Amino acid sequence: MDKNALVVKNLKGYYRGTFGVVHAVDGVSLKVDEGERVGIAGESGCGKSSFAQLITGTTTPLLHYEGGQVKVYGYDIWKISPEKMRKEVKCKLMSYVPQAMLNSLNPTKRVREFIADMMRERTGRKYSIDEVREMAIEHFERLGLDGYVLDVYPHELSGGMAQRVITAISTLGSPKLLITDEPTSALDVTSQKRMIKLMIDIQREGIIKSLICISHDLAALNQLCDRIVIMYAGVFVEDGRVDEVINNPFHPYTRMLMDSLLPLEPETKDKELSSISGVVPDLRNPPPGCRFHPRCDQCMEICTRKEPPEVEKDGRIVKCWLYTKIGEKGKRVKRHLERR
Amino acid sequence: MKGDAVVRVKNLTKLYTSGYIRTTEVVGAKNVSFDIKKGEIFCLVGESGSGKTTVGNMILRLIKPTSGKILLDGKDAFSYDKKAYWRKVQAVFQDPYSSFNFFYNVDKPLNDAFDLLENSPSKEERKKIIRSTLETIGMNPDEILGRYPHQLSGGQMQRLLIARSLIIRPSLLVADEPTSMIDASTRVAVLNELLRLKKVAKMSVLFITHDLAQAYYIGDRIAIMKKGEIIEQGPVRKVIFSPKHPYTKNLVASVPPLHERWEL
Repeated sequence: MDKNALVVKNLKGYYRGTFGVVHAVDGVSLKVDEGERVGIAGESGCGKSSFAQLITGTTTPLLHYEGGQVKVYGYDIWKISPEKMRKEVKCKLMSYVPQAMLNSLNPTKRVREFIADMMRERTGRKYSIDEVREMAIEHFERLGLDGYVLDVYPHELSGGMAQRVITAISTLGSPKLLITDEPTSALDVTSQKRMIKLMIDIQREGIIKSLICISHDLAALNQLCDRIVIMYAGVFVEDGRVDEVINNPFHPYTRMLMDSLLPLEPETKDKELSSISGVVPDLRNPPPGCRFHPRCDQCMEICTRKEPPEVEKDGRIVKCWLYTKIGEKGKRVKRHLERR
Repeated sequence: MKGDAVVRVKNLTKLYTSGYIRTTEVVGAKNVSFDIKKGEIFCLVGESGSGKTTVGNMILRLIKPTSGKILLDGKDAFSYDKKAYWRKVQAVFQDPYSSFNFFYNVDKPLNDAFDLLENSPSKEERKKIIRSTLETIGMNPDEILGRYPHQLSGGQMQRLLIARSLIIRPSLLVADEPTSMIDASTRVAVLNELLRLKKVAKMSVLFITHDLAQAYYIGDRIAIMKKGEIIEQGPVRKVIFSPKHPYTKNLVASVPPLHERWEL
């Protein structure tokens, strides 16, 4: 078996429909070692969720896999048969918790019946309620959830509780890799903290080995992850240790994103914060060269026509011309950017 | 009574009742009292279901309070004629995408705003005022006017709504989670716009949010709500960085810090 939990090479995924072709994920590569907690961050419309769908092989109807390789513990998930994927990979090696998670519970069934259904699907034999309870209760209590949640209907659970129940259910089969999409974004701050603690506990207890968390909330990712990948307009622009990226961002996009954040610190009130001008480009027709160049304050002539290479600097990967030989002496394009 | 309070809310209570035979009551807001001074940004913060929006809607006269009083410029809010009231109190809501009619271009809501005024200006003047208002909030009128809502970003739409309320020049703007559907990178633009309103137009703002950091950035005073009641209120710096109530302490401690890590 492969030692890497996840290897993604030049992955491409486009949305195809009457609206045209949206280049949502356009050639990204990522390697996740066993034991890592990786966060993927970016604005909405950057392709974060599409990336999650592509690496788990569960794409929504209009999203199509267009090329590249995704290997989960050596299984090339776009090559193996769906049956093999369902029996050998899902829940055993990898679990995926999608965004609107409340929709994934069955509203007409109690949580325990839902679990029984799921177990039957995975293992091919029937489970009695008592069996399910016995199995699940231990797992739930290990994660700090009361056993009573097994006996309620989904609508009786609060948002924070439902999210934790879903996370607990999706880790029932002890998957080695857990991929969660926006696990904290619909929750209140107190539930958010509990959710973050839960995910760290799951890993500490050895139920999962590695975690990929997709979120737009950098402060939450800072608490949860060791490593962070910043995504912009379908490509990864920066990849490094979370504290380094947040405290000393290299890529202009990361820097501007950090400048626009509102941390709850006494200094925030005296600072004049500014947002990033412009909007995320229409990915049907992404800008040539660097995709961030129309909004970048460090833009050079080469950025407008040639895609930047991935540069390794201080143990980080940055996709920007600034950190190449050209960038050191390149002339910045002068322009007025609306910073508000 | 102090002269500079624009809005004064006294013991405001709202009970939502349902059923005729076996009536059940849900507390929306309970004994809420605060006042907002001229040119002040007052923040109402709480978790979901704490009754922030209920209070905001009552001040907007969208729902009737069960008991308690709302005084606008010293007069009972419900004694005003509706049109006259909304000349003085305006709102920006959470979802910019549902605040616009998708069949009309964005000039229409701006134009319609003039109908609320007592002496509405002529067509030519209206155009001039719209252009100058857009310029004061830093938007290029040529880029915005004549466009349709789907051609604008959420942040631009929210700022347009703020521009609209600038045309009416109300004494109070109720901003109910105006940034929660906008990306972090453009969120600050909306907040800065509200700060500018306060500075330039001396407008009072009731800012309703669940995000303590945003309240801290733009607010002067803050009230923390829990289950319909205000449990702590005061200047933002004091309430957030030296909270008295255990609930506020817990709330502040739950916000993930950006530059340090929790011991979990």
